[in-house]
Amino acid sequence: MSTPEAGLLVALVGNPNTGKSTLFNALTGLRQRVGNYPGVTVARKSGTCDLGDGQKVELVDLPGLYSLAAASPDEQVVIDALSGNIAGDRRPDAVVLVVDSTNLLRNLFLASQVAELGRPVVIVLNQADVAKKQGLRIDTELLSRRLGGVPVVLSSAWKGEGILDVRRAIALAIAQQTQLKRVAWPTNIAAALADVAAAAAADTGKQISEADAQRLLFDTNPSTADRLGWTIAQREKTLRSARDRVRNSGYNPMAAEPLVHYAHLRIILEGVAIEGLGKAGRSAAVDRLLLHRILGPVLFLGIMLGFFGSVFWLAKFPMEWIQSGVDWTKTIVAPLLDAYPMLQSLLADGIIGGVGAFLVFLPQILILFLFIGILEDSGYMARAAFIMDRLFSWCGLNGKSFVPLLSGFACAIPSLLSTRTIEDPKARLATAFVVPFMSCSARFPVYALMCAAFIGPLYGAGWQSVVMIGMHCVGLLFAVPTAFVLTRLVLKAKPQPFVLELPRYQMPKPRDVIWRMWQNAAEFVSKAGTVIFAITIIVWALSYFPREASVADRIKAANPAASEEVVKAKLQAAYVEQSYMGRFGKAVQPIFDPLGFDWKITVGVLASFPAREVIVSTLGVTYSVGEGAEADSRQLRKAMQDAKWSEGPRAGTPIFSLAAVLALMVFFALCSQCGPTIATLAQETGGWKWAAGSFVYMTALAWVAGTAVYQVVIRLT
Amino acid sequence: MTPLSQLLPGQFGKLASLNPERGVDQRLMALGLLPGMVLKLIRRAPLGDPLAIEFGGQVVSLRLAEAENLIVDVAADCPIQRPRQP
Repeated sequence: MSTPEAGLLVALVGNPNTGKSTLFNALTGLRQRVGNYPGVTVARKSGTCDLGDGQKVELVDLPGLYSLAAASPDEQVVIDALSGNIAGDRRPDAVVLVVDSTNLLRNLFLASQVAELGRPVVIVLNQADVAKKQGLRIDTELLSRRLGGVPVVLSSAWKGEGILDVRRAIALAIAQQTQLKRVAWPTNIAAALADVAAAAAADTGKQISEADAQRLLFDTNPSTADRLGWTIAQREKTLRSARDRVRNSGYNPMAAEPLVHYAHLRIILEGVAIEGLGKAGRSAAVDRLLLHRILGPVLFLGIMLGFFGSVFWLAKFPMEWIQSGVDWTKTIVAPLLDAYPMLQSLLADGIIGGVGAFLVFLPQILILFLFIGILEDSGYMARAAFIMDRLFSWCGLNGKSFVPLLSGFACAIPSLLSTRTIEDPKARLATAFVVPFMSCSARFPVYALMCAAFIGPLYGAGWQSVVMIGMHCVGLLFAVPTAFVLTRLVLKAKPQPFVLELPRYQMPKPRDVIWRMWQNAAEFVSKAGTVIFAITIIVWALSYFPREASVADRIKAANPAASEEVVKAKLQAAYVEQSYMGRFGKAVQPIFDPLGFDWKITVGVLASFPAREVIVSTLGVTYSVGEGAEADSRQLRKAMQDAKWSEGPRAGTPIFSLAAVLALMVFFALCSQCGPTIATLAQETGGWKWAAGSFVYMTALAWVAGTAVYQVVIRLT
Repeated sequence: MTPLSQLLPGQFGKLASLNPERGVDQRLMALGLLPGMVLKLIRRAPLGDPLAIEFGGQVVSLRLAEAENLIVDVAADCPIQRPRQP
């Protein structure tokens, strides 16, 4: 992970909304690498930074956080990264603390905690332009002196001002090992810390740093003790008596850390910042409108529907271009291999189809992340969460679940990627788990085909619309209880605190937004994209092989008078029937029998694993109307309307009865028959466990609901 | 002494006590909301929950249930008191 020419590692740390990522982009000039920290779904963003004198260092952008108390995976990563406890990563040679100039006190609390880690430090007072506009003047020299001589520089990363000063300050901090002035702990707390360090060292045989001792004493979260291997039995007594000691000195042990740090910082900041006459921020005025009791929700709905309407609408064009590009490539490449039908099919349907299968998601991902970038960087995302939180909090989710769930109606893939905006890891997992229940646009062709072929002709256009709308609600109906049960019973999440800063409104910086959009797309292609490609190839192979020559002879012999086209369609159907997929479909058909599925529907369901809408063209092939059938194909509708059971107790009755049609739609609404969703879920939850769980759960739920619908409706009709 | 959750929009108060054992209160303390700090309830969300409060030059949202344990002294000497009529 390190750059060979650099050797030195510098970490960027700061509160959220301080312009830290903007500064990171300015310092690295987009020469960046994105990876993952081992074992967690926290992205590791790093890049090469020139220190202005030709010296190059590796700069790593750590997640934004308010405090070092390890309450979330993001915070744990920062603590581990700063103390050098991450496998394959060095301890940083310097730490750049990015501070919002307009709120020195709160921002320096984190700085003061970081000082305890003993690394050389640089303080960057970012957003200096905003502070200046507000009439705030900061005496950087005085602040630097009070903080023990660490470099303190002003910058406005958004405007690109002060970047060179930051580079020089990093070089200075490394050269002079500048240490931030540490807090003076009251005697009793210092003694309690020493007790904890000594006992932990004796019990674990490890060296306990002062920072570790503080985490052990002050945090309710046991992650530091767990990492050190200090068991509950060993630590319980020591921690209780150490905390009693803190309590006896007049501090609540759980409040001592912020109390002491903030008291220390108030003295340091005395006279550092001078408030003059400036323009007060306009955020409060904007909030009066955007968070207004009536206008707020109206504007919110307008913004969201406008954004997501355009994700849907804007992405349609590039998606069609990609689709026609894929089709065009097939028509160009396929004739070259006419002599080798197997290679021809592998290339056209397997490889080119497989590349198309994940490329087609890119327009939606890019556009969704463009909007998310704008919403987040402007400060509106926090307001959206503020408005919506009440609707989600009762089932263990929070206001930030809204955007992923809404975008799930377009497509689960970008929506799953967007769950990254949710900080609370359990709410994030629960949101990702229920996203596939949202009725995505790939389910639409299935509903459309079934409604146009059966509901419309039999019951009229009115019922057709009712069924279409109903199918879009089925998923939602199951998603809410699923989220509730998952968070309460499975994850056993205590209602997570939802303390959310409503930051100052700001103009998003196009470079940051576009860069993040690009990084998300690139990660999707390299991780989930490869899995989606593999799934497409596997399903292709299962539907192609074994292709025995005798099948062709048999079909030709059976239809001597038929036209070439009819023979071709029948041959394709026969090939699918004798393929491994066809055989497997026939073998498992009894499992789907209670839903009223024949083997052709079963094969269609199975073969649509790479993409749900594929079921339409698979049905086209198995019903011998040829490849490329679309939802509005009359031939396919007719073939399905005429299909009858040939054997068994239902012989002679139509396969696509009302019961079977409804069961198929309900099954499709609830099942997880979508390889890309599972691949993306695995990417976003950091392993296959939740992806597999989601597949099993949704498939079981779809089967039960489909069976219930079929069995009830068949008895009523 | 009033729970923060009962403050009216626009009303100021001085934080009298919180419960440092709770995760929410630990987060708020890290943001600088310590006993003695002056805060203002800016507004409630359109659905009544959560609340937006201002302290130390920042605006923070927290849920009603989380605000119940934060005890505020409304009568304390705060800069301006202009509670809006509900």
